[in-house]
Amino acid sequence: MHRVEKVRGNAIPLNRADVDTDQIIPAKHLKRIERTGFGPFAFEAWRQDPDFVVNNPAYKDAPILLARQNFGSGSSREHAVWAIEGLGVQAVIAPSFADIFKNNCSKVGLLTIELPQADLDWLMARAEETPAAEIEVDLPSQTVRAGASWERHFEIDPFVKHRLLNGLDDIGLTLQHGDDITKFEEQRSDLKPRTLAAT
Amino acid sequence: MAPKTIIEKIWDQHVVREEAGQPDLLYVDLHLVHEVTSPQAFESMRLQNRKVRRPDLTFATVDHNVPTINRDLPNPDPLSDQQIRVLRENCHATGIPLFDIFNINQGIVHVIGPEQGLTQPGMTIVCGDSHTSTHGAMGALAFGIGTSEVEHVLATQTLPQLKPKTMSVEVTGTLSPGVTAKDVILEILQTIGVDGGIGHVIEYRGEVIRSLSMEGRMTICNMSIEGGARAGLVAPDDTTFAYLKGRKYAPQGEAWDRAVEEWRALATDEGAVFDKYVTLRGEDIVPTVTWGTNPAQSVSVTATVPDPESFETPQKREGAERSLKYMDLKAGTRIEDIAIDRVFLGSCTNSRIEDLRSAAKIVEGRKVAPTVTAMVVPGSGLVKKQAEEEGLDQIFVEAGFEWRDPGCSMCLGMNPDILLPGERSASTSNRNFEGRQGPGGRTHLVSPEMAAAAAIVGHFVDVREWVK
Repeated sequence: MHRVEKVRGNAIPLNRADVDTDQIIPAKHLKRIERTGFGPFAFEAWRQDPDFVVNNPAYKDAPILLARQNFGSGSSREHAVWAIEGLGVQAVIAPSFADIFKNNCSKVGLLTIELPQADLDWLMARAEETPAAEIEVDLPSQTVRAGASWERHFEIDPFVKHRLLNGLDDIGLTLQHGDDITKFEEQRSDLKPRTLAAT
Repeated sequence: MAPKTIIEKIWDQHVVREEAGQPDLLYVDLHLVHEVTSPQAFESMRLQNRKVRRPDLTFATVDHNVPTINRDLPNPDPLSDQQIRVLRENCHATGIPLFDIFNINQGIVHVIGPEQGLTQPGMTIVCGDSHTSTHGAMGALAFGIGTSEVEHVLATQTLPQLKPKTMSVEVTGTLSPGVTAKDVILEILQTIGVDGGIGHVIEYRGEVIRSLSMEGRMTICNMSIEGGARAGLVAPDDTTFAYLKGRKYAPQGEAWDRAVEEWRALATDEGAVFDKYVTLRGEDIVPTVTWGTNPAQSVSVTATVPDPESFETPQKREGAERSLKYMDLKAGTRIEDIAIDRVFLGSCTNSRIEDLRSAAKIVEGRKVAPTVTAMVVPGSGLVKKQAEEEGLDQIFVEAGFEWRDPGCSMCLGMNPDILLPGERSASTSNRNFEGRQGPGGRTHLVSPEMAAAAAIVGHFVDVREWVK
């Protein structure tokens, strides 16, 4: 996983609640066997509308996405994270995220930041009025800054923060505890099913 | 010892390693794999030279994009064909057993786990699919994961996980005839909302849950994710044991008795405390139809499409307006006046033998309305076979339904089974998101009985009148 420390740039105001993963990346595009190439299909149906915010050239390549509560609800498809990354987004700020989506983001290195509704109202209005207005997300200090005087602290799981800051691979970390896993397996109940006959 | 919920008991039994400031490392008893969310995981394993730790705790099937018709012909979609082929190659290379497309055991991953007896009480089960929560019906802690986590489980048979909060959803009393498990979960979702379960695992409790069959419990647990909960479960009881006994992978003989004893001990202790409580009365639940574009937007079949102005928050009002626009519905329209074009009986929510039986009862001796195209997609090869042995296929075919091969089909529209733009369906699946069943398609979620009745009359109808 790549390291994440700071994200700075303008933000796309996606002013909708409960944005589900079928909107982020429709199922018909899940047939690729690669992790890349999903960006062009992100929000495909909504992009049919020329006025949809993601189509607005003023937000092209914006590294931050602003959204409403329960962003990323629905399916477990990590393709949704890959699609948003494919748009060039490196951080999503919303009042809440669906669990699996948030988890998937933490594995890929896409920052998910939760701020209260009122803060999103303010950031959303600002991004709508001034598309070039910059936001800075600072992971080490867990701070979001917008302009000279607006600053908010955000919470993040300390271990996720540690992994993101150091670009640590989760699987590599777990494999260091191979002995613990083996020990667990030795005392595990023999009543549990196996899909293959024991050899 | 402090009283514990079933959720905490299963959790504690699977902690491989815990350290302050870190998520617990949780052991995974069973990992289910399918063609869509696994290829990138296997590829990454290869690049890193990592081995599958426990192929014997893993199985795979093809379900998401398999055709449900003309399987003996070449797959019309080269990309789907490639995904299926890649899964076959990956399973072959790693020793993971695969229920392939022509295997009688092939089917929707959440139908075949319980059907084979692989899903058992007290287990931890994961799959790269959000409806993994289905397996909770057997008293397992089962949740959906993304592709990076699929790779993590393949490589280590564990997952680092933050301990979830617990939520008790109790449904008291009894259900009226014609009211089903699907109506119960739609009512629960309407109560807790699409994000009410975030960060929680639900235990479904109460007389109504206890009186449900395993199929009904699976329908309820299946849609836990629609309320934002990653998992939902039901404590195992005699209904669970009767379902499981004698299945291929269930313990046999003396091992069975020992297992049942262990499983009984999983039930939530008297005095255990949940983080959140919700209670519903079974008597208040009616046949339900979704009118919007998320599964919490539903009303009684006898009601009308709600007025967006009637919602409390500006966000809900805005959401309702957007939903009605997409669904091409007007506030105040009677639900029974909504005409449908397609009926889909299937999906991991409602494609099991009991679902097909109860729909067949409605359909028997009647004909599908001339304005409706209707299809039945059984959840697995074994469900299909059993239904054919019971003559259900004949009932459906004579009424004018198409009788298909097992797979996810029109639930998510990855194969050719999709709605055309503007078409409206009565669907037994789990999601009515915009475009879920095909771009521009409009989905109403209902029970199998309600879908069957709608197929016959061409619009929604109160199925309670039919089962009197």
